Amino acid sequence: MISLTSPIRTRAHNWPAGAKLLSLCVATAVLFAIKDVPAQVLVFALVIALYTIPGRDFLAAGFRQLRLLWPFVLIVGLWHLWTGEFALGASVVLRMLSAVGLANLVTMTTRLSDMIDVVKAVTVPLRWFGLSSRVLEFAIALVIRLTPVLVERGGQLSQSWKARSRKAPNWRIILPFTVLALDDADYVAEALRARGGFNTKEDT
Amino acid sequence: MEKTVALIALFAALIAALGLIPKVTLAFGVPVTAQSLGVMLCGTILGSKRGALATLLFLLLVAIGLPLLSGGRGGLGLFVSPSAGFLIGWPVAAFFTGLIVEKWRSASLAVVGGVASIIGGIIVMYVFGIIGMSITLEKSLTEATALVTAFIPGDIIKAVIAGMLTAALAKARPASVLSRYEPADAV
Repeated sequence: MISLTSPIRTRAHNWPAGAKLLSLCVATAVLFAIKDVPAQVLVFALVIALYTIPGRDFLAAGFRQLRLLWPFVLIVGLWHLWTGEFALGASVVLRMLSAVGLANLVTMTTRLSDMIDVVKAVTVPLRWFGLSSRVLEFAIALVIRLTPVLVERGGQLSQSWKARSRKAPNWRIILPFTVLALDDADYVAEALRARGGFNTKEDT
Repeated sequence: MEKTVALIALFAALIAALGLIPKVTLAFGVPVTAQSLGVMLCGTILGSKRGALATLLFLLLVAIGLPLLSGGRGGLGLFVSPSAGFLIGWPVAAFFTGLIVEKWRSASLAVVGGVASIIGGIIVMYVFGIIGMSITLEKSLTEATALVTAFIPGDIIKAVIAGMLTAALAKARPASVLSRYEPADAV
């Protein structure tokens, strides 16, 4: 499965993922504390500058990610044009764009494997309660593996529907789809048990 | 243990697969995606704890950068965007939906599933969503509520479908509705 990490290599790809996530938390908290518009404009300009460092393609990819926010920009923009609180509107829109932009920047410059390592490190305390963090790692891998399988199943079901009806497939295929997913869960559980299961007692 | 993990992972994958169903646009122009139906089904079928864990696992994968949300969205940006509250509310929504189905056994499963999905999947989820929107957009709770009401009719349709699907599933495979039936190796 393709993650949202940018294929354009940047220097930030090599920085530790934990440090990037921590700085993102601090930066977001600071962003929400800033109230005046000039400071927000400055931060937004800084965010754009960060996107331009790796090149034009990276900047374009960043803008594509931010495009998802246009309905909110439109609603907030119109709202504040109507109420006349232009400064507040500008501040809200700029902060939203900067906060999402910074978070996307971390996603774009951090490999999936590095993110999973952070998850591993964060879930170590679970072992104190007798839970194995390996189960979580396994579950992550299972979802990544099974999503394309389920998507294919859904496609087959909708084709079967189309072969039998003139109407477009609707929510009715979700029932057989769920039954198939439950059957798959049975097979996967059986296969896991046949291979020794999780052996959680030994892991911890 | 293996069965529980497999079910949680499969339902997380199911939410992802439902995200690929093209969105339907209601008569007044509001888009409806099937993904929140997946959250309701996690609660009504898997029950409170497993349902919440399945949505939590799905959100973890979205957060670490997989484009699993409808429209191929994913990454950390979503968790600071105006709709972040809805995402954070998913596990709580699935938990309450499942809890109601587990506890309320006097009415038919279709009704219980539908009502549980309305309470968990709409009321609980919107409480989180509205608070999130009010913080990110600096609007009062009433103003934020006004911004999201257009999505409620679509969600009510999904809750009714979730109830009907759960009842149909209980008829076809009684043992698979785990909110009502405990398998031997459940956690």
